[in-house]
Amino acid sequence: MRAVRLTVTAAVTAAALTALSACTSKSDAKDGDAIRVTAADSTCDTSSKSVPAGQVTLKIENKGSRATEVEILFPDDRIVSEKENIGPGTKYTLTAEVKAGSYEIACRPGMKGHGVRQKLTVTGGGATAERDPKLDAAVARYRTYAQEQADETLPKAEAFAKAVQDGDLDAAKKAYGLSRLGWERTEPVAESFGDIDPKVDVREDGLEPGQKWTGWHRLEKALWHDKKIGAEEKALAGQLVTDLKDWQKRVGKAEITPTSMANGAKELLDEVATGKVTGEEDRYAHTDLVDFKGNVEGARKAYELLKPVAAKNDPALTKELDKQFAALDALLDKYRSDKTSYDFVSYDKVGKDQRKELSDAVNALAEPLSKLAAAVVK
Amino acid sequence: MTDTQGSNPSRRALIGWGGAGLALGAAVAGGAVAVAQSGDDRDPAAGEAGGAVDFHGAHQAGIATPVQDRLHFAAFDVKTDDREAFVQLLKDWTEAARRMTAGQPVGEGAYGGLPEAPPDDTGEALGLDPSRLTLTIGFGPSLFDRFGLKDRRPEALVDLPKFPGDNLERSRTGGDLCVQACADDPQVAVHAIRNLARIGFGKVAVRWSQLGFGKTSSTTPGAQTPRNLFGFKDGTRNIAGTETGRLDEHVWVGAGDGPAWMTGGSYLVARRIRMNIETWDRTSLQEQEDVFGRDKREGAPVGKAKEHDEPFLKAMKPDAHVRLSHPDSNGGITILRRGYSFTDGTDGLGRLDAGLFFLAYQRDVRKGFIPLQRKLAAHDALNEYIQHVGSAVFAIPPGVRDSGDWWGRTLFSKEA
Repeated sequence: MRAVRLTVTAAVTAAALTALSACTSKSDAKDGDAIRVTAADSTCDTSSKSVPAGQVTLKIENKGSRATEVEILFPDDRIVSEKENIGPGTKYTLTAEVKAGSYEIACRPGMKGHGVRQKLTVTGGGATAERDPKLDAAVARYRTYAQEQADETLPKAEAFAKAVQDGDLDAAKKAYGLSRLGWERTEPVAESFGDIDPKVDVREDGLEPGQKWTGWHRLEKALWHDKKIGAEEKALAGQLVTDLKDWQKRVGKAEITPTSMANGAKELLDEVATGKVTGEEDRYAHTDLVDFKGNVEGARKAYELLKPVAAKNDPALTKELDKQFAALDALLDKYRSDKTSYDFVSYDKVGKDQRKELSDAVNALAEPLSKLAAAVVK
Repeated sequence: MTDTQGSNPSRRALIGWGGAGLALGAAVAGGAVAVAQSGDDRDPAAGEAGGAVDFHGAHQAGIATPVQDRLHFAAFDVKTDDREAFVQLLKDWTEAARRMTAGQPVGEGAYGGLPEAPPDDTGEALGLDPSRLTLTIGFGPSLFDRFGLKDRRPEALVDLPKFPGDNLERSRTGGDLCVQACADDPQVAVHAIRNLARIGFGKVAVRWSQLGFGKTSSTTPGAQTPRNLFGFKDGTRNIAGTETGRLDEHVWVGAGDGPAWMTGGSYLVARRIRMNIETWDRTSLQEQEDVFGRDKREGAPVGKAKEHDEPFLKAMKPDAHVRLSHPDSNGGITILRRGYSFTDGTDGLGRLDAGLFFLAYQRDVRKGFIPLQRKLAAHDALNEYIQHVGSAVFAIPPGVRDSGDWWGRTLFSKEA
């Protein structure tokens, strides 16, 4: 399972990189180049059977009576890109980065079975460029980093859980922030699994109807707001460790690409901008700055790994990113006595003007960081 | 837009409310009815609804330009010490402003670019007319503490004194820079500031901003005189864009007024004036009319029939707003106003958070806003119903001459 997933990811990414490096300008992807796919209950008509490599756009219209699914497939049926559940009478635009080769477009009425297929030949000038080995190395190193973070987090989470289970309020409070650090550094990877994040990192206001509140923030409320540890909290602490072990086991299988690394870095800053700067994340413990630092460290790691490629494509961008990472780090250092400790000032002691300053610094970094993915695939 | 000077008494340009701080009276003198027209050096077609106002000119657009319906005003703090980076930002802003005021998207647009990259333009103004968007930049006193600009700070760019009754919120006061976006469509004005702020991240940060509606002057023949949120017609005879003589006398900085880089510029005072709507609404009509020195129906000065009749100041109560702020009571002080009403929802006590966002342009703040506001703050009957909660002052540099020019060139380039 793992091998297959990684192969798909690598192939798609390689296609993306190849395709984009062939682009001459940003305006290559125009509506006029799109393939119109008319899906019906027993037909799948495509307006073109051959397209140049690069960004392929499918303008799909379902004229059938059932919901359908449209896919671009490799010859061995691995999925390049897909859209499920296109309702009758509705339209959808699907885009994919595709390198030269033979493909099929499949329409699956009722979203079942082999579907109706059309050939698609993607043309390109013979020799297809290999993915930059530097990017492969960056992904490999980032995968290792994500694994290390999970591995290092487990003992800290276990220490936190033990303190809760011992009923030791002070020790539990002390262990709380640090137990989250590795998670916060690699959150986009952790979140990519979808099912772990809602169990371990959901806040009370983020609960779905009927969802039981578990994880760090549930315990945070018990420790700081309710100031007591009961049987339920002890059980939840154990559950947190179990869920984090699941994360630790699966993190190596995460789909990671150079672009997902770059966008993950930006997403970490988004986390800071929406949850930490406002003080919403750790509203009872006020350890937001610990999470903040973790997010920035994780973003920086992804950036540093991608930097050799990005610096070649867009040196002005990496210069700006270096500057803004340094500025944000310097600002954060004001809130801890020792640059090696994660003993940050309690966020409820951080005034309005200071929060504004932090917010400005986050925006200053996040805006250029949003351009990193483009600099990597250029 | 055609010029129908004098043909319609209700038609006038650039009538600021004046109510809260500076009265309609500030421009009541002068006799001739002010007439709306596009700016002194601007394409007359620019005044047409939805059209584009020329970005280039001797003076910045957005001052003498016929007042648009909507405002998005933003004050920024500078976040960089790198003069070169800041100058580059001003150039980038100029280019973006040039495009947006022409109705074009920023950079390479809102779509069609690399799928991996966020679009250059945020996209919410796609498909909308230029809507007479004007973007006007200003430099606050605190900017001159940076980039070695100390010697270039104009003497006229004074820090405003504390006026009696001021209750200024720091988070709505000051700023190293400002950009005034005026347009007939609020989305166009919001889009403009949003995109400039985005371009500026890392170099500048928004300190505060204000949305405004209910333009305070009429530029259409036969249109009603705008009323402020107290329900009064106000700001009767502001300086019109056509009155080049009065603009030169009262608004534009002349050669020799101060540093050469400001010639052709102006000075802007921005005040957020909260109105106590609920208590005003409980005030008797007589009291309301006495406070302003006008009648509510017609807007006529006390004892007169029509809004534009020459006021007889002594017929008004000594603390009447019009009487106190009239140029005849102030040695002829005249300023150009283009303020907007604002409503920012409610204030948590169920009161409308509303008032006037007052914008006044003048040749010298020391001879314009400050003496007028000193007097009003001390005596104006309106003070019972208003409070100044935000304040800022900016030097407005001259216009961007042509496509090679940029905002602030005269200040930052060595030649000036």
